Formats: sequence, structure tokens, C-alpha cells
Amino acid sequence: MPSFVTYLIHTLFPPTVRYPDILLIDAGLIVGAIGLVGFLTKTHRWGWLWREWLTTVDHKKIAVMYLISAIVMLFRGGIDAEMLRAQLAMPSVHFMPAIQYDEVFTTHGTIMIFFMAMPFIFALFNAVIPLMIGARDVAFPRVNAMSFWLFAFGAILFNISFIIGGSPDAGWTAYPPYTGLAFNPGPGENYYFLALIIAGMGTTMTGINFLVTTIRMRAPGMTLMKMPMFVWATMVTSALILFAFPPLTVALAMSLFDRLFGSSFFTLTRGGMPMMYVNLFWLFGHPEVYILVIPLFGVFSEVVATFSRKALFGYPLMVVSILAIMFLSYGTWVHHFFTMGAGPGVNAFFGLSTMLIAIPTGVKIFNWIFTMWGGRIKMTVAMLYQMAFIPTFVIGGASGVMLAVVPADYQLHNTYFLIAHFHNVIIGGTLFGLLSGMYYWWPKMFGMKLNERQGKVAFWLFFIGFWITFTPQYLLGLKGMTRRLYTYPAGLGWHELNVISTVGAWIMGAGFVVLVYNVVWSLLYGERDVTGDPWDGRTLEWSLPSPVPEYNFARIPVVHERDEWWAMKQKGQTMAHALRPEDVHDIELPKNTPVPFLLGASFFVVGFGMTFKWWPIAIVGMLGVIACLLYSGFDYDDHHHLEADVVRQTEASLGRLQG
Amino acid sequence: MRPAFFKRPYRKLVPLALAAGLLSTGCGQQYVLLHPVGPVGQQELHLMELAAIAMGIVILVVFTLYFYAIIRFRDKPGNTAPYRPDWHGSKWLEILWWVLPAVLLTVIAIPTVKTTYALDHVPKGKDPIVIDVTSLTWKWLFEYPGQHVAAVNQLVIPTGKPVLFELTADSPMNTFWIPALGGMEYTMPNRVLPLWLQANKPGTYIGLSGQYSGTGFAKMFFHVKAVSPAAFNAWVAKTRKTASPMTMAVYDQLLKHNTTGQALYSSYPKDTFPTVANGFTLTGSGMYMVMRDKNDITYMPMQNP
Repeated sequence: MPSFVTYLIHTLFPPTVRYPDILLIDAGLIVGAIGLVGFLTKTHRWGWLWREWLTTVDHKKIAVMYLISAIVMLFRGGIDAEMLRAQLAMPSVHFMPAIQYDEVFTTHGTIMIFFMAMPFIFALFNAVIPLMIGARDVAFPRVNAMSFWLFAFGAILFNISFIIGGSPDAGWTAYPPYTGLAFNPGPGENYYFLALIIAGMGTTMTGINFLVTTIRMRAPGMTLMKMPMFVWATMVTSALILFAFPPLTVALAMSLFDRLFGSSFFTLTRGGMPMMYVNLFWLFGHPEVYILVIPLFGVFSEVVATFSRKALFGYPLMVVSILAIMFLSYGTWVHHFFTMGAGPGVNAFFGLSTMLIAIPTGVKIFNWIFTMWGGRIKMTVAMLYQMAFIPTFVIGGASGVMLAVVPADYQLHNTYFLIAHFHNVIIGGTLFGLLSGMYYWWPKMFGMKLNERQGKVAFWLFFIGFWITFTPQYLLGLKGMTRRLYTYPAGLGWHELNVISTVGAWIMGAGFVVLVYNVVWSLLYGERDVTGDPWDGRTLEWSLPSPVPEYNFARIPVVHERDEWWAMKQKGQTMAHALRPEDVHDIELPKNTPVPFLLGASFFVVGFGMTFKWWPIAIVGMLGVIACLLYSGFDYDDHHHLEADVVRQTEASLGRLQG
Repeated sequence: MRPAFFKRPYRKLVPLALAAGLLSTGCGQQYVLLHPVGPVGQQELHLMELAAIAMGIVILVVFTLYFYAIIRFRDKPGNTAPYRPDWHGSKWLEILWWVLPAVLLTVIAIPTVKTTYALDHVPKGKDPIVIDVTSLTWKWLFEYPGQHVAAVNQLVIPTGKPVLFELTADSPMNTFWIPALGGMEYTMPNRVLPLWLQANKPGTYIGLSGQYSGTGFAKMFFHVKAVSPAAFNAWVAKTRKTASPMTMAVYDQLLKHNTTGQALYSSYPKDTFPTVANGFTLTGSGMYMVMRDKNDITYMPMQNP
């Protein structure tokens, strides 16, 4: 048996996972896990954890779980970023060896996009959408829980790679043939492909779920043109997900086949065609960047109207422009590889289509500015992020147009100019938007406000740190520095700018620390929101108490206006929401189920088994998947009734019941 | 006489203004993209500048409106700005900002398309010198099919003459990039892509890869020496005489996954570079086939199907 043990140790713990820093993290994780288990046991919270969280199908709780995962992943991705910047601060420094640097930039990109931004967006969808459209839950609550657990176990599978077996190291785009066995024999890339396929299934299901929810579950009277912009953004994002993720899954599966079953779709030998992968990847990848930013366009539209105390400017054209972006985003993917020799005709076409997409985006920017115009702007943290977003995103968009100029892109492609550009739009658009949304809807999710003063400190650190980090990177691009270099020679003039950039990254890191302090402090001592409407909001979620009761609306509202809650307040009709006891009936609610959690766990087993080609384990996992699906398919006992009396009591205790 | 307190902050601004001025005129040659030494890089730079100016106008307009709005309409006691909570649209304003970006983008788009087509082929009437580039793991192999010499990690080209690089890979993908001369192009296995560049000034320039290809990727720098045509011919003659030949055994050594220094070879084995069967566009209007015979390279126009 000793040979088996040696095999296990060599496979699971190769030298690349035995760096001192990783061993230190191993120790920390073990201590943390023991501490957590001890805490849960001592406070008798295992049952609570299982009943209230792991088996829940309540969209509000799923939102909280998404949010926690996203913040943990922001931490992981952020640590990766700090490590990259530390390495690049000096020329010819070997803080990390090349292989580790390669792994770290790969996990940084993958985690930030797939395991930070996406779940953060879904946290906002889950927290807000049913409340905004006057629904009791999403269209398919159980599928919603499945989506979350597929994402969560996909994220776990991806994240254990650096302590078990070795991380992927081919960049977040994972271009073949470098991902092939000839260059990448370890399990790292298997982790990447399998984790993204599993999480991607969850994402696709979320897309379907919210598409159906926004189309079918709206309260009576809420016509399409009366939907708040965030609902529009969610609908459009869901549609984008629905058509963008299949090409990704196909590309990942084909790469995985090359690695596991010896096919030659993208290999160096036997006529493989790596460019096919690149096309499939970006056929997903370009819509993906709009999946990452359109929801935040929605957030900004809500935030700017609320804190300017003014109706959103140009609503119909905001809808038109978001739809235009949706359609155009499918026609621009080749701009990620103008320099792959597709020919001048193709390049010119995709250059122009990329420029075209700047027009509807520009329209949105003007409309946000004119929403503030003639308003009364309240400088809350949510609004500060929105106000930081406009100039940041405009500059990011401008550098994007420069990259769309095909001949210019020949010079700028894959340089730090490109790196600066996409961080400019993804941090300026997505991260600022996510944080804006978090500060805005936090009272609704948790029943207390995040401390504004601490939030402002975190904001300024993020905002200033961001510009100090990425302005030098534009200049580095003009100096010819290409991306993903683990070190660079002195004498090219790259040193000083890299030092500045690293300092900026530290400032952003400090911003994250303050943000976490802000969240923890506010959870303990934050100002409770007793009104349910702390910001003087405009849309229906603010008509509910904070935090929202399990059933959301005791009586489904009837919508007359675009900003229904604002209109009701203007007419002094808020008491109309106070119920008469006879208005309350039994409420049908989805029932908790362990199936989504077990399904995710089974997929994790499948993924882990396939990563190491341990087929028996993969088969056991697959049987688990089939069992979960079969059980779920024939489980008709999926809802329960909440007695009208219980609802009346809850509403009465909140002071919302007449008589 | 001005009071001293006017002068002092002004004096502090002088070095700042100087720095800004230096930046805008391109302090040093280290902003290599801003100092191209060949026609390709120059045309690319012109478009970058045009796009930067057009986008600068957009940024200026947006920033002016933005800062005016956030200063004027803040929620402060005593703010006299008009408060119009129900103002939710204006037809003419909205038409304006569909039109304004469209106009500016058209200004960029037309030269973009023109230059994209123009740079796709070597200027007519100029016979390029051909260099076959193969990216290996993690080194560059340059073969001169017209001169029959080869080099690793170093490149010598004549000035004033277009150089047609035929790019392929016997490795994961890389991009072949000489920033001082012009833009990059991918090297891909099982495909050959063309890229033409030209150096108008003699000098030594840096070349590198822009596509990550593994742990040695950061070491894939190479030197490009642009010399006068006469010096180039002399270099070829000298290399053929003094350097050792590249045998198949040497080539197999190069295929190993490692980084190496520079090397020169007086000849190289056949079939280390793929024969170009499918051709590629060099004129923008049709496909050309590269014909190789003993001493020369010619381009045969292919009939459009």
C-alpha cells in the first residue's frame, strides 16, 4: 500500500502547492475550519445552518449567501492582485517564481469575473427583483437554489486547486494549445474547465430563471414600460446569459475532451485549430462583459434617480439603448483578436460594430447626468460610487474606442494599455456599481444601514487607489509593456510606473479592509432601519419593511406608475398599503429542500474525480446527480401554505395592519 | 509689483508644467509607441492620435456637464438651483446625444477602415524581403528564405525596405511584436499569418511577445537591428561564411521547452517552416501565393474562386 500513498501525495500535493506561503495558508485554513466547526457545535447551530440556509429556497436568503461568497471571493482575487503588483514593483524581482505568478494571474482573473462579479450581480438580482416587481419569489425557487449551489461548489472546486493538485496557469482566457497536455500536464486546467462548466450551468439556470421572473411574475399593472430600469437590466442580462454561456460551455468541454480523452480540437498536433477556441470563447466573452455591466447600469439608474430625488431622465431611450447594447454585443467578439489575421474586411466590420456600441452607452451616460440636472443630489455612499462611475467609465469607454480602431489595436493589443482599459470599465462600471448597489439595498437586505462615514473612507480609498493603480498602466502600454510578464528587464523605463501602480493597489487593498470593517461594524452597531424606506426611494421594494418578511407582500400591489412608491408618497397614499385584515389570505410559499445542496455537492464530486481522472469517484458523483434530479422531478410536495392568521400577526407586529 | 503669495504657488507649478510638457512631447524614446520609426507604426500612431482627440472632445463635453450638474444641484440648504423632480426627458437633447457621438465616431471610423485595408498589404511596387518567423517554447526562430540564413532571438533587417514576416508557431500561441516598427500579429500552430513592417531609421529595437505562452514567456525578448541595405548584405555574407549550419539536430534542440540566448546559422534545414498551401491576403483584393524556388521568392496572384 505505501506506493498508493506516495501516488496520492504526489498527485494531490505536488511541489507547486508546497510553497511556504501556501503551506501557511493551509495551516490557516485548517485552524479556521476547526474554529468554525467548534463554534457551530458549541452554539448548537448545525440545525439552524441546515434549516435556515443550506436548504433554503427563499430568494432573500440566497441573495445573502451570494453576497457573502462574492465578498470572500473579492478578498481572494484581491490578494492575488496584491501579489501580482508586489512582484511587478521592481524589475527582475523573484518574489514568486514564474509558475506561481502565472497561476496567480490566472486565478485573479477567473475569480474576479466568474466567482466575484457574477455572484455579486446575482446577489442583487435575488435581493431586489422579486420585491421590485411585486412578487413573492422568483419563478423557479428550487432552480434558483440549485443555481446557487452549482455556483458555490464550482467556486469551491476552483479554489481548492491551489492547495490540492496545483492551480491552472493559462490565464483566465485559457487559450489552447497551451492548455493542452503537452504543455500543461498537471490537474490545474482540469480544475479550471470543470469548475467553470459547473458554475456555468448554475449561471445559465439563473439566466432562465430571471428571464421568466421578469417576464411572467410582475405585479398587475406593471407593463414593460413601467418596469424600473433595474428590472429591464435584469431581463436583458438574463437574455444575454441565455445565449452567451452555451458557446463557453462548448469551448470548455472541447478543451476538456482534448485533455481527458485525447481528442484534437485545439491541439498543436493532428491539425488542431486553436483559433476556433478563441472564437467560441469570445463569442461568450464579449456578451459576458455586458453581462457584467448592464445590471450595474440598472443599479445606477435606480441610485441616481433616488438620490437626485428626480425621475430618471429619458426612460424610453434608456430602454432602447440597453436593448441596442444587447443586440450589438453579439456582433463585436472579433475585436478581442484583430491581430489573428482574419483579414481587413472582417476586422473593419468588427471595428465599426464596436464603435457603434459606444453610441447607446454614451446616451446612457448623458441621461444619467441629466437625471442629476435639476435634482437635489444627496451625497450618500451609494451615490458617491455612482458619481465616481460616470467619469471613470467615460474614460474607460474612450480608451475602448481607441482599441476598436483596428490599426491602433495592432499596437495596443495585449499591452498594459488593454489591461488599464478593461480594469477601467470593469472596476469603474462593475465593481463601483456592485458596491453602490450593496450600500443602497443593504438596509432592505439586513434591516440596518451601513455606516456612511466609514463607507465614505472606503470609497475614497477605492477611488483614489484605482486611479493611482491604472493611470500608470496606460502609460506602460505606450511604453510597450505586454501583459502577463512575470518579470521585466530594467532599462525599458517600466520601473517607476510599476512602482506607482503597486502603491495604488495597496491603497485599494486598504479600501477593502475599511469596507469589511464597515460591514462588520454596521452589522453590530449600525443604525436600524425602522421605516423600511431609509433613502426616500421610488420603487416598490421600499414599500416593504426592512428586513422583508418571508412572504414579501402580504397583498400583491397593483401598479399604476413607473415609480410607483414615489407616486404613492406624492399622493399621500402610503397608508393604502396598510392592510385591512380581510385582504390577507393564505399564502403559498416554496418549501425548503436539501436537493439543490446535494446536487451541487454531487457535481463537486464529479468535478473532483474528473480533475484527477479518478473515474470511480466521478461515476459515484454522477449517480448522485441523477438521483437528485430524479427525486426532484417526482417531488410534488414542493410548497407549503402560510396561514392568513400568521401573516396578519406579522403585519400587525410591524404596524402595517389596520384595525 | 505682485504680492509674493501669488508667485509662490506659481513657482511650484513650474516643474509640474515642465513634466506635463515633457510627457506630451514624449520625454525620451521610452514611450516607444509614440515614436515609431517606420511607416506602419506611424500610420497606427496617427489613428491613435485621431481617436484620442475625438474621445478627448467627448470627455470634455461629458465632464463639463457632469461637474456642472454635481456642483450646481447638490442638496444643500439655500441652493437656489431650480428643482424639477418631474423633468423626465427632452426630445431635442436626447436627439443631440445620439447624433454627437455618431458624428465623432464617423470621423474615426472612415480613416480606420481605410488604414485597415491599406496596412494589410505591402505597398505596391516595393519588393519586400521575406523573413519566416517561428515562435518556439520560449524563443524566436527567424529564417531568411531569400538569404538562406537563420537566427535565434535576433533579427537583422535592411532599412527603407518593407519586410514581410510570415508568422507561425511550433509552440503555444505568441504574438510577434516590434513596437518601434508597428503592431503585432499572432503566431499560431498550423497557420501562417503575414505581417509587414519597415524601419526607416537604423538602430536597435526591442521585440517581444504579447501572448502568454508559459513560464519562459517573459524571457521572449529579441533584438532587431535595422541596418543599411549594404550593411545588411554584408551581414548575410558574413553569416553564411562564419556561422555554423543549423542541422535537424540543432532544430530539435530548439524545440525543447527552455529559454536560450542569441544565435546565428549559416543555413537551415528544409521543412522547418510550413509550406504555405492556402496563401493569405496581401493586397486586400485577392489571395496571393508565396512561391519559393532555389534563390528567390515570388508572389503569384491566385484566382478568386
